[in-house]
Amino acid sequence: MNWSLFFDLTVSGLTLGSLYALIALGYSLVYGILKLLNFAHGDVYMIGAFLGWYALHALGGPVNPTFTGAVVLFLMFVVAMLGCGVLGVAIERFAYRPLRNAPRIAPLISALGVSIFLQNSALLIFGAAFRDYDTFDLIGVKTYNIGQLFFSVPQLLTVVAAIGLMVALTLFVARSRLGKAMRSTSFDREAASMMGIDVDRVISVTFFIGSALAGAAGVMFALVFGQIYHFMGFIAGLKGFTAAVLGGIGSIPGAMVGGLIVGLAESYATGYLPQGSTFQNLYVFALLILVILIRPSGLFGKAAISKV
Amino acid sequence: MSANGAPDLLRLKGIDTYYGEIHILENLNLNVREGELVSLLGGNASGKSTTLKTILGLVQPRNGSVEFRGEEVTGRNTSYRIRQGMAIVPENRRLFGPMTVLENLEMGAYLIRDTKGRKEDFDRVYTLFPLLHERRSQLAGTLSGGEQQMVAMGRALMARPKLLLMDEPSMGLAPILVERSFEIIQQVHQSGVAMLVVEQNANMALSIADRGYVLSTGRLVLQGPANELLQHEDLRKAYLGR
Repeated sequence: MNWSLFFDLTVSGLTLGSLYALIALGYSLVYGILKLLNFAHGDVYMIGAFLGWYALHALGGPVNPTFTGAVVLFLMFVVAMLGCGVLGVAIERFAYRPLRNAPRIAPLISALGVSIFLQNSALLIFGAAFRDYDTFDLIGVKTYNIGQLFFSVPQLLTVVAAIGLMVALTLFVARSRLGKAMRSTSFDREAASMMGIDVDRVISVTFFIGSALAGAAGVMFALVFGQIYHFMGFIAGLKGFTAAVLGGIGSIPGAMVGGLIVGLAESYATGYLPQGSTFQNLYVFALLILVILIRPSGLFGKAAISKV
Repeated sequence: MSANGAPDLLRLKGIDTYYGEIHILENLNLNVREGELVSLLGGNASGKSTTLKTILGLVQPRNGSVEFRGEEVTGRNTSYRIRQGMAIVPENRRLFGPMTVLENLEMGAYLIRDTKGRKEDFDRVYTLFPLLHERRSQLAGTLSGGEQQMVAMGRALMARPKLLLMDEPSMGLAPILVERSFEIIQQVHQSGVAMLVVEQNANMALSIADRGYVLSTGRLVLQGPANELLQHEDLRKAYLGR
C-alpha cells in the first residue's frame, strides 16, 4: 500500500471535511430552530469567499499587503463572517419570516429563490470569470506535519480554525443564556416565547451564527484551493447539506462528524475508486443514500421525539 | 382570603378573538384583582386556553383591550408582558424535555438579569420543591408527570410573577397529585401572587378560588364569588356532575 498517498488523501479529506462541517452546522442550526432547509446557505458561503477577496484587495492585495499576512488573513475572516452573518439575518427577515406560518413548502420555495437570486446577483456584480486569491506570498508555502500527515499552511489553518469555531459554538449553545434560548426555541417555540424569550431575535441570532460559519468556510476554501466563482456555492452547499443529513439534521455534533465523513469519503474516492477524480460526487451521494437507508434519522439524529 | 376592594391587576375589556374566520372569544370582559385567585371554568373548546393566549399576547384580539398593572398592553409582545410580571404554567406543562431541570428553571428566569436575586429565586423554588434540587441535573423529559408539574410551576415562579396563569394544572395527573397540585397553588397564592387558574375540574378549582368565571363556546355565561358558583344550579348540572 502506498502510505504517502493515503496520508495525503487523509489530509485533504480532513480539510474538505472541516469546510463541509462548517457549512453543515448552518443547515443544522437553522433546521433545528425553524424546520427549514435553507437552500440559500451554499450561496452565502460563496458570498463569504468573495467578501474575503474584496477585503484582501482593500488591504493592499496579496503581494503588497497593508499589514502583515496574519493580520490581513484575520481581517478577511472578520469581514466575510460579519458580512455573511448580516446577509443571513436579512435573508431570514425578508424571505422566510413573512412565511413563518405558511405551509412548510412555501419557505422551501422561497429558499430556492434566494439561492438563485444570490447566484445571479454574484454573476452580475462579480462577473463570470474565476478570481484568484493568490495568497501564496501572504501565507508562504511551508508545510507542517503531524506524524505522517503533511499540512500546507492553509490546510492547517482550515482544520484548526474549524475546530476552534466548532468548540466555541458548542460551548455557546451549551452554556450561554442565548444558547440555551436557542435550544429551548428549537424544542418548543411557543413554550419559549411563554418564558419571555424573544423568539424572532433568537432566530435572527441563529441565522447570523450559521451564516458567519459559512462565510468563514468560504474564505478557507479559497485559501486552500485558490479560485472562486459565482456558482461555487451550489455543490458545496449540497455537500454541506449531505453532511448535515448524514450526521442527523438538527444535531451539532452530527454536523461536525457528518462533515468529516463526507470530506474523507470524497478524498478517498478521488484517490482510490475507479474514475474517482471525475466521479467523486457520485460516490459521496451514494454514501449518503446508503447511510440514510440504514439510519433514516442520520448518525446522531433521534427518531422524532414526542413532546412530553 | 378575600381581596375585595383591591385594585385590578389584569383587565380584559370587550375582547373578540378569532382564529381565521372562526370567532373564538366573544366580547369577553374579565378582571383579576391584586392578590386574588380567580378560576376560569369551561368545557372543551370553550375558549379557556385562547383567553390565556390573548392575555399573554400569543394571539391578538381583533377588538378589545388587555390592561395589566394599569397599562394597556394589547399591542405589546409576549416578552414585554412577561417582563411586566406575567408568567404561565402551560397546558401539558410544555417543559424543555432535552434540557435539565436546572436549565428549565433558568429559562423561567430568562428576563431576570440580576444574578444575586436569582440565587434567592432558586432557593425559594427549591424550598417549595426540594425534589427539584435533587433532580436538577436530570433531563426534564425523563421525569414523571407529577415531577414535571413541579418543574413547570417552579419555572413560572422563577419569573417573579405578579400574575400567574395556570392552564389546566390538573390535566393528566393522578387524583392524589391533583390535590397536591392545588395545595401548592394555594401556597403560592398565599405568598401574595395573584392567579388565574383555567380548569375543567370546576369543583377543585372553585374550592380554592375567590371568584370564578364560566365560559361556554367563547362567551361568559356565569360569574361571581366562588362559594356562590359552587351552589349554582346550572353550574352543578353542567360541570360538577351532581
